[in-house]
Amino acid sequence: MRFDRSSRRAAGGAVIVTALAVVVAACGGSSSSSSGGSSSSLPTKIGPGEGQLNVVAWEGYTQPQWVKPFEKQTGCQVHAKYAGSSDEMVTLMRQGGGSQYDMVSASGDASLRLIRGGDVQPVNVKLIPDWKNFIPQLQSPSHNTVDGKHYGVSLQWGPNTLLYNTQKVTPAPTSWSAIYSPKYKGEVTVPDNPIQIADAALYLSKTQPSLGISDPYELSESQLNAAVNLLKQQRPLIKKYWALASDEIDLFKNGDAVIGASWPYQTNTLQGAKAPVKDLIPKEGATGWADTWMLSAHAKHPNCAYMWMKWVSTPKVQAQQAISFGETPANTKACPFMDKIQKGACAQYHANAPAAYFNSIKFWKTPVKECGNGKTDCTDYTEWQQKWTEIKG
Amino acid sequence: VEASSFAAGPPARSSARIRASAALFRRPWLRAVMLLSAPGAWFVLIYLAALVVLFLSSLWSVDSFTGKLVHTWTFDNFKTLFSDPTYRTIALRTTGIAAAVTVTDAILAFPFAFYAARLAPRRLQTALFVAVLIPLWTSYLVRVYAWRLILAKDGILNWFLDHIGLGSVNVAYSNTAMWIVFSYIWLPFMILPVWSAIERVPDSYLEASADLGARGWHTFRRVLWPQVLPGIVAGSIFTFSLTLGDFITPTLVGGAGSDFIGNVVYRSVGVSNNVPFAAAFAVVPVVVMGIYLLGARRLGAFEAL
Repeated sequence: MRFDRSSRRAAGGAVIVTALAVVVAACGGSSSSSSGGSSSSLPTKIGPGEGQLNVVAWEGYTQPQWVKPFEKQTGCQVHAKYAGSSDEMVTLMRQGGGSQYDMVSASGDASLRLIRGGDVQPVNVKLIPDWKNFIPQLQSPSHNTVDGKHYGVSLQWGPNTLLYNTQKVTPAPTSWSAIYSPKYKGEVTVPDNPIQIADAALYLSKTQPSLGISDPYELSESQLNAAVNLLKQQRPLIKKYWALASDEIDLFKNGDAVIGASWPYQTNTLQGAKAPVKDLIPKEGATGWADTWMLSAHAKHPNCAYMWMKWVSTPKVQAQQAISFGETPANTKACPFMDKIQKGACAQYHANAPAAYFNSIKFWKTPVKECGNGKTDCTDYTEWQQKWTEIKG
Repeated sequence: VEASSFAAGPPARSSARIRASAALFRRPWLRAVMLLSAPGAWFVLIYLAALVVLFLSSLWSVDSFTGKLVHTWTFDNFKTLFSDPTYRTIALRTTGIAAAVTVTDAILAFPFAFYAARLAPRRLQTALFVAVLIPLWTSYLVRVYAWRLILAKDGILNWFLDHIGLGSVNVAYSNTAMWIVFSYIWLPFMILPVWSAIERVPDSYLEASADLGARGWHTFRRVLWPQVLPGIVAGSIFTFSLTLGDFITPTLVGGAGSDFIGNVVYRSVGVSNNVPFAAAFAVVPVVVMGIYLLGARRLGAFEAL
């Protein structure tokens, strides 16, 4: 076929008009977002289940071991979407107006962002009988309780540890300095996560007291720069920034990395595969995570969500999850159940450890402009993310 | 009743068909519209509209606190891209490795394609063709993970080098590893167009060149090369653009400092929830590719596709 010049121009015009129409339609659709959800009042009892429950969770948090009995008992079918990072969890909870998922197993560095963003709603902890059995520090922690309102119930916690190959790393390390010193150049691995800046800040708070870092998540501009500089010096030592736990497991298995920052989960898996590894909490202390099951402000299945919070708080489920993932349960009654599943597990995962152990861990929380002491000159998370991209180059 | 309606049916239907086809015959534009409306709508809605949305959203921003889009026009994203040396490094790394992969693949593909197209016996030719295509039958991920095992410190490569007394190399999780893996993965996309370009050069040209006294090198440079070049450029469009847009290989076999543009885009969308910035950075490969295609058209690559 043949087009003359004018009809070709007309066709071009039609293309542009159609494309613009699509754009305008898309803009119109996205601008009508609903305003954040402050619910009227807390429920006083759990109603009948809605038959469904959609959750965003860390991988390993919705194992059939405790999900199957829950589904059978309540009739709520659990659909889990796994997220790889706190940032991804926040993004998922905000997608599609926030009504896509009912709950999220948010760590402390995501929970405040979700609360401030109006993405989650307060929960009546009186409906969760096991809540009063939680260790006191996790009943109303600042990362999920704001102005006396509980935005969810605590779940499990654990430290970020220093993992090393016992054959290649001698003598055994006692300090985080091992991952900042050139001794293991090209054999170090750390998580690919902006919150890793807090690990550097924690180390600096002990080794360079003159910086005056008291909380690794509340950093002034100059303190942040000091931590970023340390991490930039560390970059030539890094083999790989690991994104998935399985990446780090591969690195240690194949000899590419001999030392790195880790979770207890990787240590358990590697030791299970007979790899010569050990982990420890170095003398400077450690960062860590404390997770909370939070309820979306736009949850479509709130009753099932309450049933789930009730279920995962019970000592037996707490014990199952603690052992499966390698973390410490919030419920103090879980200890005997852990020992029943695996001898000595209660002590191994610190479920009976004194409060001093808990207090030695600096739990992840979202860096915000407001410093603890009423000042507003701290660096916020957006800045941390930009710095992290800069560090990795 | 049934028989009569059956008998009456066909003529009526076929006359309608004749009328329709006559109408179409008299109106060529109607034929064109019917033929092109479906692919045209696809092209406009899915392809062009997506590009327009990409450009528009790169001029928006995100409220860092609530994570909601702010629909006010700003060039801030592009300012950040140009002023921050990190993003320049990442863009240059992406383009540089894409170029290195393209050159490597061209060097590897030419002798192979020449042998396969001109020298190999018919039966071997078929076998070679299948051999080039077989890797494409398996998943891309499987092949990348396989390379991860090969290149690992305690992996097959070092085991082999150690056995023949060459010691070991430390290439796992580095830009070198990415270059090797990309060159391997996209090689078939270079071989096939070069193969068909070499095949299309008539034997008589090479004979004429030899008759006129040209040596092998001269024949290659003056006769073969100009005719095969469009094939190489066509193949390079694939290897270059596929590398430029990749983000999985850098994640899996890259080391510290191996981020591609795609990795930053992926993190901006999935992790930081900053779609406008991702869109702004995604404009960069579109522009690079546009320049590349203009150059490729000048070299006659589109006739070789």
